[in-house]
Amino acid sequence: MGTKQLIGALGEDFVAKYLVTRNYEILDRNWRIREGEIDLVAISELGVVVFIEVKTRTSVSFGHPLEAITREKAYRLQRLALAWLTVHHKWGFEYRIDAAAVLISKGEKFEIDYRIAVL
Amino acid sequence: MALALASTVSLTGLIGNIIDVEVDISDGLPGYILLGLPDAALNESKDRVRAALVNSGESWPNKKVTVSLSPAWLPKSGSAFDLPIAITLLMAQGQVPKDEVGKCVYLGELALDGQVREVRGVLPAVLAAKKSGFIKALVPFKNYAEAKCVSGIEIIAIESLRDALHYLRNGEVPNFPEQIAISDSDYFLDLCDVAGQVGARKALEIAAIGGHHLLFIGPPGTGKTMLAERIPSILPPLSEESILEVTAIHSIAGTLPDRELLSKLPPFVAPHHTTTAPAMIGGGAHAIRPGATSLAHQGVLFIDEAPECARGVLDSLRQPLESGNVTISRAVGSVTYPARFMLVLAANPCPCGRFSGRGRSCTCTQIAIRRYLQRLSGPLLDRIDIRVFVDSPSRIEMASDELGESSAVVRDRVIAARAIADERFIGSNWKLNSQIPPSELRKRFRAEKMGMNFLHTELDNERLSARGFHKVLRISWSIADSKGHIIPNRDDVESAFRLREGMELLA
Repeated sequence: MGTKQLIGALGEDFVAKYLVTRNYEILDRNWRIREGEIDLVAISELGVVVFIEVKTRTSVSFGHPLEAITREKAYRLQRLALAWLTVHHKWGFEYRIDAAAVLISKGEKFEIDYRIAVL
Repeated sequence: MALALASTVSLTGLIGNIIDVEVDISDGLPGYILLGLPDAALNESKDRVRAALVNSGESWPNKKVTVSLSPAWLPKSGSAFDLPIAITLLMAQGQVPKDEVGKCVYLGELALDGQVREVRGVLPAVLAAKKSGFIKALVPFKNYAEAKCVSGIEIIAIESLRDALHYLRNGEVPNFPEQIAISDSDYFLDLCDVAGQVGARKALEIAAIGGHHLLFIGPPGTGKTMLAERIPSILPPLSEESILEVTAIHSIAGTLPDRELLSKLPPFVAPHHTTTAPAMIGGGAHAIRPGATSLAHQGVLFIDEAPECARGVLDSLRQPLESGNVTISRAVGSVTYPARFMLVLAANPCPCGRFSGRGRSCTCTQIAIRRYLQRLSGPLLDRIDIRVFVDSPSRIEMASDELGESSAVVRDRVIAARAIADERFIGSNWKLNSQIPPSELRKRFRAEKMGMNFLHTELDNERLSARGFHKVLRISWSIADSKGHIIPNRDDVESAFRLREGMELLA
């Protein structure tokens, strides 16, 4: 695993833990089809399926991590979410798309900016 | 969720509309949405505002920013929204105390480093803000003098976004330049430079008194242009109200630096004869800018070599000549600018220009000579009140080292004559002899009996049209005013007739 992937995986782990402490259950991680990948899929206490796009950075000098989610990427997330629901026979479930920005600074300090229902 | 509101002004022609800039900052993906029919320059505001904020040491919200400019149906253009957007953004974030609604307007374009750049149309914008009850305006430093022309509203000049924030946070007003007084400077062109031309001078004076339109015909180098350029110097200075109006038009056109700010001098505009109709009456795809006719409002529009002008261009002058304003319609909307000017045309007598006196040196054929002046369309020529043939000054006139009358002397006479006319027109909605409506001319403003007899004879002899009849009467009132006659006598009427026909004046 390269450094970039490692950082990405670290960030996703952190978000997964963050969600579990808030009573979410993780359903899937790094679900990949030809069109792309969903970082995290979780289900809330109320039964809402949540798709989470995680952006991890070690510095903010290239702008806010969530700015990397362009309009096109957002639409792709939407399509991927529907694909996941179809594959897992979860039609009719309420779902939403969240985004999480993780900043790992020196000394392995994690900072999270979690945004609900970004689409 | 964070919300804030501030106001600015958008111009449609000379009319300012108050625009509310609303900013909402909400969670969601970082992004920027601008609503309210922005044009290209305005859509680019996002990147200017962001860079300016960051480079002024402020923070950009990494959230979903929605900017709405209302009323939403009004198309908005230009870069003067940068400053209000930046400030409203900071208000929404709580970085700057929120505005009391309806108190202050903000105008200015932002540079990437946070400097505030000048914008067009500040004077009419500030005027509109004052009329809508605003008590303060933040304007770019370079537009300060212009904005200061409007009294009864506090003007705060800023050089940068930092200045503006400093003011909003601490109430500290940035350094103030001196207040500009209305410029009294004398025109550098003076009528005394013109040698001889007694007849033309007299015609100019009468034209200036009544605001009559002029046509100069004469060979090249005889002083047509020289005479025309000196007309503003003999016109009465502009009234306070006119100064504001004229300065506002020039502010929108972006031609203020050419013109001394708040000049009392009537404008003089001389478009080239190859000019196009949109340049003449105004136009433009995005923001409709005033043309030469509006820039010459309350002053002189001079067209040299008028027969060389494209016919459509000259004919486009007919609407402003008739109504005193121009209405321009484009896809973005329609705009009306004032355009009440004194039209002065100059023409050579023939294509080679030497057909004068006995016309010996002229090389043109008879037909060419006849056709040349026919290029000026009949309806336009009909609106010209006074025709002047300008010929080379005689040997005696050129040799004389005595200077002609100076502009100041002539102007004093013009002012005195206009004062008489003003008194006569109290309670009417026109101010100049050239503007008396025909019905009033026949009822209240007839000449003496002998004078009317003269006109009726000329009418019977078909040497005068009905329109010509009215024109001559109007000119005769100007002549009467210049001589202090209470109503025009027979001589005044005959002089007026001769001026209209371009004949030598009686002594």
